[in-house]
Amino acid sequence: MTVLSKNPVHSVIYLIGCFFAIAGHYLLLNAEFLAVVHIIVYAGAIMVLFLSTLMLMNLNDETEQHKPALAKIGAVIAAGLLMLVLVAVLKKADALPAPVNQDLSIGTIKNLGKVLLDEYLFPFEFSSVLFLSAMIGAVLLTKKEKSQTA
Amino acid sequence: MMNVMLSIFSVVPIQYYIFISAVLFCIGVLGVLFRRNAIIIFMSVELMLNSVNLLLVAFSAYHNDASGQVFVFFVMAVAAAEVAVGLSILVTIYRNVHSVDIDELKSLKH
Repeated sequence: MTVLSKNPVHSVIYLIGCFFAIAGHYLLLNAEFLAVVHIIVYAGAIMVLFLSTLMLMNLNDETEQHKPALAKIGAVIAAGLLMLVLVAVLKKADALPAPVNQDLSIGTIKNLGKVLLDEYLFPFEFSSVLFLSAMIGAVLLTKKEKSQTA
Repeated sequence: MMNVMLSIFSVVPIQYYIFISAVLFCIGVLGVLFRRNAIIIFMSVELMLNSVNLLLVAFSAYHNDASGQVFVFFVMAVAAAEVAVGLSILVTIYRNVHSVDIDELKSLKH
């Protein structure tokens, strides 16, 4: 749906549905914190960013020219072959046994915070630097052109 | 209450999660190959990242290891930063070329 719908706004809406489905899977897998963060980050932040960019560019009508039919057929065949190979390989793999005793509390905020700020403190701090540089870069990229055109 | 809750792997084997991740990844690849609109290509990349995240969470629940979920957290952070920078680059390109069609963006200069 995300790939095939002609109107870009529709594909954003379908993508939000897909993200909510994935968040439901996280809940089923006892990762409550990740489910909440996933909804906030993806459905909240990223999709708003996509939608506002689309509206900024006035692309919410079906103006996109499509690829030639040969390229489309090629894309479908390539993706289909990739899926075929992946599924065939995974079917051949040995079946994993069901795990014995499940600890159902690893996805809670308490547990995850301990691991995040204990073992993974350095990558955590590093991701904050990444965010800072991404923020500065985004502002810089969109700002420079404005002053040039003005 | 925690004792009453059943593990999902007694109902759904982990192979199903592997398959759904593979299918989601292939849909993302198809989107990248199929469309010309750069924004939709970005969305397909997000789809691929999410399929990998789903697999990481499934295996972290399977192995009782919280590191996988921490890793998913970092992947989300990188994806958010990537989308912010990528969309700002797209806005800049659109101001210059008035198009986000990737087949039009062949040259490195005007």
